[in-house]
Amino acid sequence: MARVAGVDLPREKRGEIALTYIYGVGKSAAQRVLGTARVDLDKRVKAWSDEETARVREILERELKVEGDLRREVSMNVKRLMDIGAYRGIRHRRGLPVRGQRTHTNARTRKGPRKGVMIKKKTTAAAPAPAAAAAAPKKAGA
Amino acid sequence: MGRSLKKGPYIEERLLGRIEELNRTRQKKVLKTWSRRSTIPPEFVGHTLAVHNGKKFIPVYVTENMVGHRLGEFALTRTFKAHGQAEKSAATPTGKS
Repeated sequence: MARVAGVDLPREKRGEIALTYIYGVGKSAAQRVLGTARVDLDKRVKAWSDEETARVREILERELKVEGDLRREVSMNVKRLMDIGAYRGIRHRRGLPVRGQRTHTNARTRKGPRKGVMIKKKTTAAAPAPAAAAAAPKKAGA
Repeated sequence: MGRSLKKGPYIEERLLGRIEELNRTRQKKVLKTWSRRSTIPPEFVGHTLAVHNGKKFIPVYVTENMVGHRLGEFALTRTFKAHGQAEKSAATPTGKS
């Protein structure tokens, strides 16, 4: 069982791909790690010997910042931007795109699902816009 | 793409000179500046600069974390217009019924 950097263990995949399941490891980082560990890129994780696994784990922990540590670093960076009141921080706070993209249309990844303007229909019950639908369960819970 | 390291950071010469003058005489004064493009060097820390946003001068108190950013990043040029209030008041009555 290959357990590297905490919780990750994809078994049936090639090493090169399996390592990318770790947060902070992409394909090129995975190739670099396997290269220095002298493990064949095409070798499946289940076929790794114990010392191969150990080598991979050791190199990965030595050279890369992954998972929790990396997530913390990223969120600290964002928090810093927000705290100093920089433009980028304010964009983060508002949940809008940070790098100058247009927001007239698109930008849905940052903004989340569309919040349409409510259209008034004659049958009042038949027009639950997303905002109303989101408000309803809250009231039911209270 | 960042600026070439060879050139070093861009800092408005006159502004830096004035700040250094303040540092030398141990004074704190609010300096007005239009130079939004200036990078903040460590010398600026602890000073307050009034950075022009195209209309007004926005007071920016420089802290250590801001070093390396540009003055303009802290004086917003746009007024944020959100839907907020009108939408909320419209949503509440519909949610109740």
